[in-house]
Amino acid sequence: MADVQKIEPDSVFAKAVKEGLLAGALAFGLFFLIVGFRTDQNIRNELVLNQRWGLLAIFVLVAGIGRFLLTAYITPWSEARSKNKRAAVEKEQSAFRKSFPKIGLGLLLIYPFLVILILWAYNGSIMGGLQGSLKYVDNFGIQILIYVMLAWGLNIVVGLAGLLDLGYVAFYAVGAYSYALLSTHFGLSFWLLLPMAGIFAALWGIMLGFPVLRLRGDYLAIVTLAFGEIIRLVLINWTVVTKGTFGISGIAKATLFGIPFTPGPTGFAALLGLPNSGVYYKIFLYYLILLLALLTAWVTIRLRRMPIGRAWEALREDEIACRSLGINTTTTKLTAFATGAMFGGFAGSFFAARQGFVSPESFVFLESAIILAIVVLGGMGSLVGIAIAAAVMIGGTELLRELEFLKRIFGPDFTPELYRMLLFGLAMIVVMVWKPRGFVGNREPSAFLHKRKMVSSEFTKEGHG
Amino acid sequence: MEYFIQQSINGLTLGSIYGLIAIGYTMVYGIIGMINFAHGDVFMLGAFMAMIVFLALTTFIGGVPVVLALLLMMIVAMLLTGLWSWTIERLAYRPLRGSFRLAPLITAIGMSIALSNFVQVTQGPRNKPIPPLVNGGITIYGTNITVAYKQMVIIIVTVILLAAFWYLVNKTTLGRAQRSCEQDRKMAALLGIDVDKTISMTFVMGAMLAAVAGTLYLMFYGVISFTDGFTPGVKAFTAAVLGGIGSLPGAVVGGLLIGLIEALWSAYFSIDYKDVAAFSILAIVLIFLPSGILGRPEVEKV
Repeated sequence: MADVQKIEPDSVFAKAVKEGLLAGALAFGLFFLIVGFRTDQNIRNELVLNQRWGLLAIFVLVAGIGRFLLTAYITPWSEARSKNKRAAVEKEQSAFRKSFPKIGLGLLLIYPFLVILILWAYNGSIMGGLQGSLKYVDNFGIQILIYVMLAWGLNIVVGLAGLLDLGYVAFYAVGAYSYALLSTHFGLSFWLLLPMAGIFAALWGIMLGFPVLRLRGDYLAIVTLAFGEIIRLVLINWTVVTKGTFGISGIAKATLFGIPFTPGPTGFAALLGLPNSGVYYKIFLYYLILLLALLTAWVTIRLRRMPIGRAWEALREDEIACRSLGINTTTTKLTAFATGAMFGGFAGSFFAARQGFVSPESFVFLESAIILAIVVLGGMGSLVGIAIAAAVMIGGTELLRELEFLKRIFGPDFTPELYRMLLFGLAMIVVMVWKPRGFVGNREPSAFLHKRKMVSSEFTKEGHG
Repeated sequence: MEYFIQQSINGLTLGSIYGLIAIGYTMVYGIIGMINFAHGDVFMLGAFMAMIVFLALTTFIGGVPVVLALLLMMIVAMLLTGLWSWTIERLAYRPLRGSFRLAPLITAIGMSIALSNFVQVTQGPRNKPIPPLVNGGITIYGTNITVAYKQMVIIIVTVILLAAFWYLVNKTTLGRAQRSCEQDRKMAALLGIDVDKTISMTFVMGAMLAAVAGTLYLMFYGVISFTDGFTPGVKAFTAAVLGGIGSLPGAVVGGLLIGLIEALWSAYFSIDYKDVAAFSILAIVLIFLPSGILGRPEVEKV
């Protein structure tokens, strides 16, 4: 007893010092070889070791001091803060929250023009505004919206039906290659091939669905992963058709009611008497993908109210109960796979039209993982949450491309590009640990008795597969 | 026939490596029901550790006997990779225990991305070749079948490790704690087993086997790169599922099978499609045996 009382007064500090030292020692153990030494090839292509004890010391110090600060100050502080705030936090945000989807949608609709206007004001000329907006519309707008659409598509499989799909990118690839091949070989137009790509992808979804219907949970996950890899490997190796790793280039662009976005006299710019610029096509693509993404969202929302959507959600919650209530689990799973795959196919054909080039490089497992991460980080099943997660994760990594100014701090050898995926991976961990239920964890019930009540995140249970 | 036996030997060597990695997947899955996606990258990290130890030995000490060098590489790689795995579990998986099922899967994928890119940043993106450690081989008398010494090393090390591992899981207190956690974590905790510690130890043990697999991989191929975690990782996970995930003998059987399929498919059909063959056989096996070859079918009580 006496011991305990003696330690009590300065225990937080003493504990922090101890933990800091331990963390430092741990960091030393972890990084001793991998950071302390760097292996480089010399002129005869042999590996030589370079020692980097300074860098190792930085790693160890950061770990030790970080841990010390965390235990000594940050944890007690945040605990005290959460104790005080717990009562007040509940009610503040509802007004903004309720209209958030509408505000977001409005912003998305005017986004390209907003960018042009801001840059116009900033540069002082309309052309400056147009050209400057290219990057923001393309790299941020279109890129994020593609992922929003893919994640909403995958959400049907994972978020609604509760089937863990690790090979979603396969359907994206099917869509992209359908468009690329049919358009280069048969000269079919984008608008014809867009639905066809969706249908092809849906057929592949059913083909994948059939054999794996009996599988549960993680067996399903590994088969979908294997399926994604099989598609990619076939694309690489079936060189007669797919040209292997070289990919297919020169894919036709999409047109607006037959008006091509080319600089010639019949082009879009000339017809409307606008100055020539590549930006119209990008803006057109932006609205196209926005439309496709909204279509995905609309279909998801409508389907959730239909018997099939209810069956999906029932399947997610409890497969056995589902079956005993007479729901045909086979068709339910197959439709989920097919619908999700179809939207993947749409997104794929859009991707091919946007890039003008497809290669197996774009359809690696990492893409599936990123899409799945967006779905889960968004709070499975919540469309708004998924959109936020896509904007944060994809927008964040795109922002990291822009960190040229870091070169001034760390010297010209510093390449921010290298750290992009490292930070992306770490961000996935940090966000997940911080918000295990995703950004929007609570869920609107699709069926209710008298009044719609939000299901708090603590009660949402998912992922039985 | 000789060709077949030769290719089977090659397949078994590869399969041993897959089996060693697969044990890590299957044990973690058995105990907390989570796919540890970062395990393939832990394997890659182990191979890097072994590579750096090898270079440190040749740079600072000079001629070390091969057996001693290999042993040192394995031991250091095992210890440090175990430490890494312990830390990963502590930082990325333990806070999410009791959360819903997909949360740790996402952190595992994040950890996998982070680990491979961390190695890329710290060690550079290029392949890391090392000079061959073990040369030569023996020709079986009266035939053209050769067994390289490095293949023998792989098979011998695998057998020794598996024996030690079997002993650890079946005869020691730790192993008993692990098996009990696998059956019922809550009950095990009530009976006084430190569940968190047991889970940590499971991660460490899996990583140690992966580190040995990494060392053997480095010795066999003589080269390692930061992307080398993914494909062996996915193959090993395939092996674990093929054998029946959660079952330790299943992981080894699955690993050997995947290795054999790959080697024989490359020998008789097309080397380009060897991975396609392995994955397709996985899908076909799972259609007829939905819980793998040695896995017990899951009975769900309502």
